Amino acid sequence: MSNDRGYYGEFGGEFIPEILVATFDELKQYFRQIKDDPAFWQTYSDLMSNYSCRPTPLTFAENLTRHFGGAKIYIKREDLNHTGAHKANNVMGQGLLVKRMGKTRVIAETGAGQHGVATATMAAKFGFECTIYMGEVDVKRQRPNVFWMEQMGATVVPVTDGTRILKDAINEAFRDWVTNMDNTHYVLGTACGPNPFPEMVSFFQSIIGKEARQQILKLEGKLPTRIFACVGGGSNAMGLFQGFPDKSVECVGVEAAGHGLNTGKHASRLCSPDATVGVAQGYKTYFLQNSDGQMRETHSIAAGLDYVGVSPILSRMHQKGEARFESATDKEVIDAVKLTMQKEGIIPALESAHAFAGAFREAAELSSDDIIIINQSGRGDKDIFTIADAFGDPNWREFIKAKALDYI
Amino acid sequence: MVEKYIKERLKTKEILLMTHIVVGYPSLDASMQIVESMVEAGVDLMELQIPFSEPMADGPVILKANQKALESGIRVKDCLEFARKVASRFDIPFLFMTYYNILYKYGVQSFVENMAKIGIKGAIIPDLPPEEGADYAEAMQNSELCPIYIFSPTTTDERMQYLSSCGKGFIYCMARKGVTGKETQFSDEIEGYLKRCRANTELPLAVGFGVKDGSDVDYLKGKADIAVIGSQTIRLVDEKGVGAVGDFIRAL
Repeated sequence: MSNDRGYYGEFGGEFIPEILVATFDELKQYFRQIKDDPAFWQTYSDLMSNYSCRPTPLTFAENLTRHFGGAKIYIKREDLNHTGAHKANNVMGQGLLVKRMGKTRVIAETGAGQHGVATATMAAKFGFECTIYMGEVDVKRQRPNVFWMEQMGATVVPVTDGTRILKDAINEAFRDWVTNMDNTHYVLGTACGPNPFPEMVSFFQSIIGKEARQQILKLEGKLPTRIFACVGGGSNAMGLFQGFPDKSVECVGVEAAGHGLNTGKHASRLCSPDATVGVAQGYKTYFLQNSDGQMRETHSIAAGLDYVGVSPILSRMHQKGEARFESATDKEVIDAVKLTMQKEGIIPALESAHAFAGAFREAAELSSDDIIIINQSGRGDKDIFTIADAFGDPNWREFIKAKALDYI
Repeated sequence: MVEKYIKERLKTKEILLMTHIVVGYPSLDASMQIVESMVEAGVDLMELQIPFSEPMADGPVILKANQKALESGIRVKDCLEFARKVASRFDIPFLFMTYYNILYKYGVQSFVENMAKIGIKGAIIPDLPPEEGADYAEAMQNSELCPIYIFSPTTTDERMQYLSSCGKGFIYCMARKGVTGKETQFSDEIEGYLKRCRANTELPLAVGFGVKDGSDVDYLKGKADIAVIGSQTIRLVDEKGVGAVGDFIRAL
């Protein structure tokens, strides 16, 4: 899939400062070992089935299917994974790797906070010290996750530099790593960054697609027509897509259109002309940047998609036409959350709701012989503050006001 | 040419001094004044950092300077024009320091040709290891410029020799792990590391990361060829203004 320096066509690579070369050599060596060791995958999937909730169900969304009157809609329930999102798959895998490497401290960046919570959980379970870097803007919009990370013993460092969101948290985590690499592993949360991270994170996330493939074949006896996943960095999309390399299955990645692709306030790298190829954060891919190569501000209602770059593997799939990329606006996303809750009693995370919005747009045009799978990468209850605001729920507002008075 | 210049200067000085500025911080005019005072005070080489939005290898001081410069609207073309001016006015070698994306977006070939045209002698690109920079290496060679590579305390002997074979001008030795501008203990450990650097390259050695005052520079005498002062002068400008730079450099 990739060569020695992790290239996927022209994308990827290992643009790292000299101080990290030895650390990356070590990491690549350990990753090769576990990747080639079938016993490791067994250990990993045992851990995921007894500590987390794997295999996660593939739920038939009967009411949504009836509502759109087109394809049969299935939902892959990564929201039922421990800590509420697909992030745990990658984190527990890297945790086992950290144990093998004999390191005692983990650091991570987080946007929505899901990756941070998953990392703090893993650190608690395996007895590692843990520091999480989180943009100040995200700390404000995802306080419940910050609370849980801290309760599990992690130190959460709000990042006040740059645009104060996910990319800035990644820079800060690298700054920690170049100082403390002797005892510290950086648990990068998505299929981005320098080699071997895109390949390694995709490897752990492939458990999603492996399960989904078996499940749909068992339930329906055939493969889906289209599969949908939201795309921030791209780890949940890589996880699902890898299970369906077949020509007959169309992979659709849905990016954050924010206020709209033509407003400049979005986070779409692959389906907006605003992004161009560049090199930052250790790898080459499409970035939202200006003509000088300075990264631009991004916007999404979903903190986890609010990122300037995208997995080099997805950039390659985009270039080769192996996946199609669409986008959904903040408003479409809120509507999709509402509909999914009302029809199925399921609350998708705002990130995942992008995949739902993309799928809803296309479900009706397909026939009842077609099957689509939506990857619900995470659960939405973490987003209660953002969703309640977007819904403009008056009772919620009263509750918050009254609650605030309790603290005065 | 840079190497020859360094060796020539070392005949009359125990150690040379390289300083660093972020172009456009706190302003282009101030940057010009800082260069002026540094050159007048006897600095031997200078790094001109072209600001980048994601300066991964830089610590808080230089990071902030990058951000402020960008917020003030500095563009890459302004930095090139600034570099052209200083290189034509002052008779010391100037190098660019920046991150690879700046070159990549400009076009590596034309960026390097432009460097040669405006009189910049070399470049330090901390996120471009030689394995990723074949185009860059070729362009630098064609324009007879110096690609400066970095040794770190974690770099193996074998790799030091490889980096040395790719580099020209001098080698930049990080005094310690971490990012720029944090405290460094100049101790026996560093002495051993610098001996290892010396044994693995014929090129002159510049030492930076945490070099902040006369005693640090004194410590490096006899162990390295160039002491690099980076974050400390930015801190000085922040605290005492542009006027304090000349005296600070002279005191070293």
